[in-house]
Amino acid sequence: MHQYIDFLTIGATVGGFQVGDMIVQLFFFILLLYLLKKVAWGPVMNIMEKRENYVANEIEQAEQSRLEAEEASKKATEQLNQTKQEAQQIIEDAKKAAESQEAKIIASARTEADRLKEAAQADIQNEKEKALQALQDKVASLSVLIASKVIEKEISAQDQEKLINEYIKEVGEEL
Amino acid sequence: MDHTAPIVENVFGIPWLSFNLSNVMMIIIVSAIVFVLVTLATRNLQMKPTGMQNAIEWLVDFIKGVIGNTMDWKTGKLFLPLGLTLILYIFVGNVSGVATMVVHDHDLWWKSPTADATITLTLSGMVVLLTHFYGIKLRGFKEYGKDYFRPVPFLFPLKIIEEFTNTLTLGLRLFGNMFAGEILLTLLVGLAMAGVGGFLISAVPMMAWMAFKLFIGTIQAFIFVMLTMVYMSHKVNTDH
Repeated sequence: MHQYIDFLTIGATVGGFQVGDMIVQLFFFILLLYLLKKVAWGPVMNIMEKRENYVANEIEQAEQSRLEAEEASKKATEQLNQTKQEAQQIIEDAKKAAESQEAKIIASARTEADRLKEAAQADIQNEKEKALQALQDKVASLSVLIASKVIEKEISAQDQEKLINEYIKEVGEEL
Repeated sequence: MDHTAPIVENVFGIPWLSFNLSNVMMIIIVSAIVFVLVTLATRNLQMKPTGMQNAIEWLVDFIKGVIGNTMDWKTGKLFLPLGLTLILYIFVGNVSGVATMVVHDHDLWWKSPTADATITLTLSGMVVLLTHFYGIKLRGFKEYGKDYFRPVPFLFPLKIIEEFTNTLTLGLRLFGNMFAGEILLTLLVGLAMAGVGGFLISAVPMMAWMAFKLFIGTIQAFIFVMLTMVYMSHKVNTDH
């Protein structure tokens, strides 16, 4: 029993109330608190706060980037649609232009052909007239020649003189 | 087996000044361990935490949570270093006595400093004094004084008593837990030293008790800090 009590009182005899311990404890704890606040807690809190801000900032930026990207994509789609429309328009315009040009070319070809035809016809007419004229001239001169040949044989000197005089008279009247 | 404490009395010829050298040594050692540990962990702080920094930041977040549970974080921020230092100091103090006890010349030198009522009461007294200090500092003396008569004036004596009981319970809870652990460890060691049979019998309970003491040490450190913050919040919170 005595032994048992000894065991139990081991701790109780250790220590007791010492004022010096209190002073030492207070001094060291406050020193520790001060040093750690200076060396460790301050910087740790700082960096944690910094990281918090950084993360918040990053999230904000990401959100903004996302919005911007959405906007850009919307714009791009819009632009693409517009471009498509424009391309369609251009193709249509080109088709129209081509069609009108085709018509124009055909028309001009037609008129040209008509013109050529007319010119050719006029030429032909001209040549015909010319040929007729030449023929007439030729016939006239030939008939004169024939006539003169015939006349040469049958006309007398008297008649000749009479004819000449008639001519002269005619000429004189004309003059 | 009866260990005594290495007490020196009448230091510098002052009759009331006496030291328990074992406590003084352990206080210094525990403080040094905490300081070195934390300094090493926070030596190379980075935005992307690694290794020890993670552990420290986890602890900071943990204490933040404890403070945030009891008071507004804007005022609570002030007590973060106190909470962190307290929990580390008490935890290291508690754990330092789990596995080792050094006895020299019948004097018990190495033990948990927190297994001594003087130390724990000093800590709790300091905490309670700090709560009064911050209560006055943050809310002004008038508001602080008025708090003693709330919610009804006749509670004033109880409020006064409460301050002392707070100090006592805070300190003695920690002391009791740690001291009981040490007593049982001492008993088990005594049994183990008694002979081969004793050693075999005590081996398993000893391990179990050490593990349990480790657990208690952690829990008590947490409880001490949590209660500190609760008492602090009673004094600094404007709305009750």
